[in-house]
Amino acid sequence: MFKKLVTGAALALALVPAAAFAAGGEAHVEDFAFSFEGPFGSYDQNQLQRGLQIYTEVCAACHGLKQVPIRTLSDEGGVGLPEDQVRAYAANFEVFDAELDDFRPATPTDHFPENNGVGAPDLSLMAKARAGFHGPYGLGTNQLFKGMGGAEYIASLLDGYTGETKEEAGTTFYENHAFPGGWISMAPPLSDEQVEFADGHANDVHHMAQDVAAFLMWTAEPKMMARKQAGFVGVLFLTVLSVLLYLTNKRIWAPHKGKKTA
Amino acid sequence: MSHAEEHEGTRRDFLYYATAGAGAVTAGAAVWPLVNQMNPSADVQALSSIFVDISGVDVGTQISVMFLGKPVFIRRRTQEEIDEARAVDVDTLIDTTSENPNKPGSDAADENRTLDEAGEWLVMMGVCTHLGCVPLGDGAGDFNGWFCPCHGSHYDTAGRIRKGPAPQNLHIPVAEFTDETTLKLG
Amino acid sequence: MSGIPHDHYEPKTGAEKWLHSRLPIVGLVYDTIMIPTPKNLNWWWIWGIVLAFCLALQIVTGIVLVMHYTPHVDLAFASVEHIMRNVNGGFMIRYLHANGASLFFVAVYIHIFRGLFYGSYKAPREITWIVGMLIFLLMMGTGFMGYVLPWGQMSFWGATVITGLFGAIPFIGEPIQTWLLGGPAVGNATLNRFFSLHYLLPFVIAGLVIVHIWAFHTTGNNNPTGVEVRRGSKAEAEKDTLPFWPYFVIKDFLGLAIVLVIFWAIVGFMPNYLGHPDNYIEANPLVTPAHIVPEWYFLPFYAILRAFTSEVWVVQIASFVTGGIVDAKFFGVLAMFGAIAVMALAPWLDTSRVRSGKYRPQFKWWFLLLIIDFFALMWLGAMPAEEPYASFSLIGSAYWFGYFLVILPLLGVIEKPEATPATIEEDFNAHYGKKSEATPAE
Repeated sequence: MFKKLVTGAALALALVPAAAFAAGGEAHVEDFAFSFEGPFGSYDQNQLQRGLQIYTEVCAACHGLKQVPIRTLSDEGGVGLPEDQVRAYAANFEVFDAELDDFRPATPTDHFPENNGVGAPDLSLMAKARAGFHGPYGLGTNQLFKGMGGAEYIASLLDGYTGETKEEAGTTFYENHAFPGGWISMAPPLSDEQVEFADGHANDVHHMAQDVAAFLMWTAEPKMMARKQAGFVGVLFLTVLSVLLYLTNKRIWAPHKGKKTA
Repeated sequence: MSHAEEHEGTRRDFLYYATAGAGAVTAGAAVWPLVNQMNPSADVQALSSIFVDISGVDVGTQISVMFLGKPVFIRRRTQEEIDEARAVDVDTLIDTTSENPNKPGSDAADENRTLDEAGEWLVMMGVCTHLGCVPLGDGAGDFNGWFCPCHGSHYDTAGRIRKGPAPQNLHIPVAEFTDETTLKLG
Repeated sequence: MSGIPHDHYEPKTGAEKWLHSRLPIVGLVYDTIMIPTPKNLNWWWIWGIVLAFCLALQIVTGIVLVMHYTPHVDLAFASVEHIMRNVNGGFMIRYLHANGASLFFVAVYIHIFRGLFYGSYKAPREITWIVGMLIFLLMMGTGFMGYVLPWGQMSFWGATVITGLFGAIPFIGEPIQTWLLGGPAVGNATLNRFFSLHYLLPFVIAGLVIVHIWAFHTTGNNNPTGVEVRRGSKAEAEKDTLPFWPYFVIKDFLGLAIVLVIFWAIVGFMPNYLGHPDNYIEANPLVTPAHIVPEWYFLPFYAILRAFTSEVWVVQIASFVTGGIVDAKFFGVLAMFGAIAVMALAPWLDTSRVRSGKYRPQFKWWFLLLIIDFFALMWLGAMPAEEPYASFSLIGSAYWFGYFLVILPLLGVIEKPEATPATIEEDFNAHYGKKSEATPAE
């Protein structure tokens, strides 16, 4: 009976005339197909390297990545740069060394520097600090099917400028159809053919937006592959255990249960 | 008891053992991460090898760098220091092993203590083998090498213990030159 | 221990007797594990073991996290990232802990509603029920303080808003709030004391869990029929019960394993689904998030808190009667804690002589409505504080109180319950057929 009640409750809830509260003015986020989606998806190393290049040549001018240790660029399953390249890359940044009481070139064990120059937010965790998908009706169940959508949000935002601008209190705002409210103070950061890739990969805004969004997903969740693997092994093992427990339970109760009559 | 019942019994026992085994493996698998999390984390492990720029170290001078929470002495020895160290008979030493993991099993001859053939570069942990104090350098002590002020251990110009309570020569870390001016520790 | 007659532990060897006469610990464990348990318990009875597992999981993963976490406003956020990026397996341990809190609350809500449906709160199990409510309150406190520790935006602003509730208490509210925070606003002192209490409270909960188990082992378990186990003799009791080990241990473990499959899938594949993205932004006292939402498990009570605004006539009457001492803000706080208090008082509010909701034709429908109400309030708690959500929240809150304060007392008088089975054995056999008297396969 209780079971029926709960099923009934769930049904009744679903039938609430939800149409009355349709969410207003949801920003448009495109559901890009990233390689790291799904239970078995993994990062595309080439894409992450292109993303790193875009971040370095474009985003780094205003945004920091202070939670990310530079050495992790050589981690397997991620950007995967060789160690000597990582050392050379690190040396491009200056970090403050409290021991020397002076600035020195960064080493791989340092983090990417903070960047508070123009008040732009740190990007280390941006792909987890935004959700691209919500709803329906505030239930959040869309995320079950599409994912949280942090990377989709970033890519949509970078690709979402309409070209319109407006002035408000001395600040220029740019119209962007992925940004909640529609007007953002960040000028369009990417333009076609702005970054030249060594392998000649497409460098229009649409592609670059996805590449840098994938890179930022990696900076936010570098252990995603290890996590999914642990998840898969755990689910598999617990399923086996459940089956064995089911059989054992059935067996030990059998002498006490006759033929089921109801 | 019939055959069928015996068969039934074996199958039942197997099921119970399998379930108990799977439960034990699950519990065991849960324990390992709890143990492993206490091992050095990735940021600490990353410091287990560092690169030192030695382009600024002139003959007759030394620098100290922190490595794995301890000082490492990097000395560029003069010819006199090298000659002095090489004149010593290994058999007269307190510790006749090189204490050098880069040349495992070698004796304490000066050639086995230095990083290069010529004997110019001497790289050692700056930790007295007696009780862990940091010895004074730059020709200190009776043997013109290092001297530990805590309990009076004297080390020679190759960092070998010559007098005092310390039992062993100053230890040498795993080290190599990656190019002319860069030393990799660890 | 009094209760259902059953075999007790008898020390046999000399060593056993030696220990038993000094410390009867083996007997205590034996009596606890072999306790006679009504054999008709259904699957809604597995959540106790899930809760015990959750408590253990949270304590173990929590102790591990503390080894790497730094409770300081400048370092807390980065230390969590250190756990996620550098500590061996740290990302898994943290996600287990964060999602473990959600599993804990899923389990406790099902456990509570099971008790409400089958009348587990009724005499003689009032103490079990009250101790359970105390555990639930402590869980909410622990969960709330734990959410502050990562020092993200939701941590900070959640702490600001919730401690603000105490500021609503007339006269002494402000000093109490300052005392709680250790300063005029949420800051380093707050973070450190929340860390300390978040570490302490689970052990208090563990102590109360022992009392909870002690209490219902004294009275015996309730069961789906609400009919008590016969206690006239051991032989009679054995017709209604089976020992906890192995029958219910294996059954509970099976339930737990299935729950864990789902839990593990969430941790492995969508660990941030139940969290809020804003908590991946470091706390900033200068910027409030556009929409502060508590964790999902607080939402029903959060909705009740917000429902009572100054436009509601009950609030206006309360304000008038008390000369303005009880304003809308304080009323909301009272309502939120009152919503839990009325639940705790259920043993005395329910007047029905029949224990299990299975045999109460009208109660079933009111109970169903209570569950719908609970989910509706949960959804409303996450909606912005504006119409039409405010009005719905008020209706939902009113029903919550109405269920406990009006419906439960009245139903017992007006409802005509159906006949209950005479014994647990009868109910069990009705489901599974009489066990044959011939020797089974054994």
